[in-house]
Amino acid sequence: MQRRVLFDNKLLPYLLLAPQVAVTLVFFIWPAAQAVWQSVHLQDAFGLRSEFVWFENFERILTDPNYLDTLRITVVFSVAVTVLSMGTALLLAVLADSKIKGAGAYKTLLIWPYALAPAVAAVLWMFIFNPDIGLLGRGLNAMGIPWDYRLNGGQALTMVVLAASWKQVSYNFIFFLAGLQAIPRSVIEAASIDGAGPARRFWTITFPLLSPTTFFLLVVDLVYAFCETFGTIHALTHGGPGKATETLIFRVYLDGVVNNDLGGSSAQSVILMVIVIALTAIQFRFVERKVHYA
Amino acid sequence: MTRRWTALVPHAVLILGVLVFAFPIYVTLIGSTWDSATIGRGSLPLVPGGEALHNFTQAWGETRGNRAMYTPVRTMMLNSLIMALIIAVGKIAISIISAYAVAFFRFPLRMVFFWMIFMTLMLPVEVRIVPTYKVVADLGMIDSYAGLTIPLIASATATLLFRQFFLTIPDELIEAAKIDGAGALRFFVDVVLPLSRTNIAALFVILFIYGWNQYLWPLVVTNSAEMETMVIGVTKMIGNGDSANDWNLIMATTVLTMLPPVAVVVLMQRWFVKGLVDTEK
Repeated sequence: MQRRVLFDNKLLPYLLLAPQVAVTLVFFIWPAAQAVWQSVHLQDAFGLRSEFVWFENFERILTDPNYLDTLRITVVFSVAVTVLSMGTALLLAVLADSKIKGAGAYKTLLIWPYALAPAVAAVLWMFIFNPDIGLLGRGLNAMGIPWDYRLNGGQALTMVVLAASWKQVSYNFIFFLAGLQAIPRSVIEAASIDGAGPARRFWTITFPLLSPTTFFLLVVDLVYAFCETFGTIHALTHGGPGKATETLIFRVYLDGVVNNDLGGSSAQSVILMVIVIALTAIQFRFVERKVHYA
Repeated sequence: MTRRWTALVPHAVLILGVLVFAFPIYVTLIGSTWDSATIGRGSLPLVPGGEALHNFTQAWGETRGNRAMYTPVRTMMLNSLIMALIIAVGKIAISIISAYAVAFFRFPLRMVFFWMIFMTLMLPVEVRIVPTYKVVADLGMIDSYAGLTIPLIASATATLLFRQFFLTIPDELIEAAKIDGAGALRFFVDVVLPLSRTNIAALFVILFIYGWNQYLWPLVVTNSAEMETMVIGVTKMIGNGDSANDWNLIMATTVLTMLPPVAVVVLMQRWFVKGLVDTEK
């Protein structure tokens, strides 16, 4: 879209852009460039000299069985969080959108968890599932199920998946609700008159019409599971036990901030940037197409 | 009879959903009204106890619990508020003026700037944490509000949203303003800002929560107890999560950590939802 009428001022637009561009250059472009530069260099222990080593850092990372485990855990974690939070949100949204009493109240009650920090969600889950003090954690043990997510890797991964999904459901719920409200009632009523039952109406009409929303949320949730769940994992399990809940972001934090391995951490940063950029690019291509349909 | 029964299924599922989201909060609220020994034993009752006032005043003002030293909530609350407000107001301010520049002017390198801002959308701070930390350290901004907030202030989403909205402002309005002799700045203040009120309100809610909930960045960029934020503080109090914690203080602090963002969402629900759904486009 182009404007016909514009202001003509030589200096003003640059002044208006200056703060945004300054912050972007200093805190986005420069660090990202640094990460790329560091990822192909090897520094000595004191950071005094660095040597250009081509892809040695990447080779070291990508052949490290530990890193491949981390990658596997991240994939399992991200897919589980995405499927669980989207599935739950879709079910609740479809029900809250149907003509039932108190729909407004249900909506408000389901939307507020958006406000919680991922780390705070982890704290809340700990109060429930901690084997010492948590109501359900103790309950499980009392029932003879040996529950301690601080010792059992599988249980730890289940815990972080549940806590991370729990927090994301409300976000997905809002978008599914908006998507459902955009579907014309007449289409669904017509199908209803033709004798299609609720399940059939959902799968043949509602679900396909929701596909742009679903796709958008798929990408957002994957990026969320990748990046923002650091707080959940850090607060709940610290990546443990062993390395059972260590995701890629957690590993970047450990190697870069805690262990001070600049080359390795930068190579990991670059890998992550590629993944996130790819996800976002896919999303934009898709959103673009959606605009054309409209 | 069957019809009535099936009509109840949606209610049952929705109530179950609400309970799943409310139960952890309820437990925490109850926990904040009992003493730490009761909670530590794991025998937390499901009804309120009598220690609420004591727990909240201690968490708010004291630097020490029974077992450990803490940053008092009043310090962390102030830090979190300052951080969330600077991020929200700062992001809105720099985004609205840069969107104005891109939408209402033609100038050399316009698209270069636009794409540069656009790129930031693709790089959340988490994926470039170490080099960003290094830049902030080199600039001497560790342990300062500036270091905590400025790197998070550039926002492609907000810029795109404002630009999108600005493109819907009819050309006739600009023509009229020009005929009246108003310049670009005058037009911005008198026409564009008032028209953007709803968008600004919606974005404010989302960005305030974004700022309040930050975790990895404050964890890395602040070291002193004086600079601790609520979200970091409450998870630090838990440590290893074993029973020997000041659980009463932790639960009271958790309640206080949740309060501001939840209040913002519930009170401004209409704007908040509009802002989220608009950002998608």
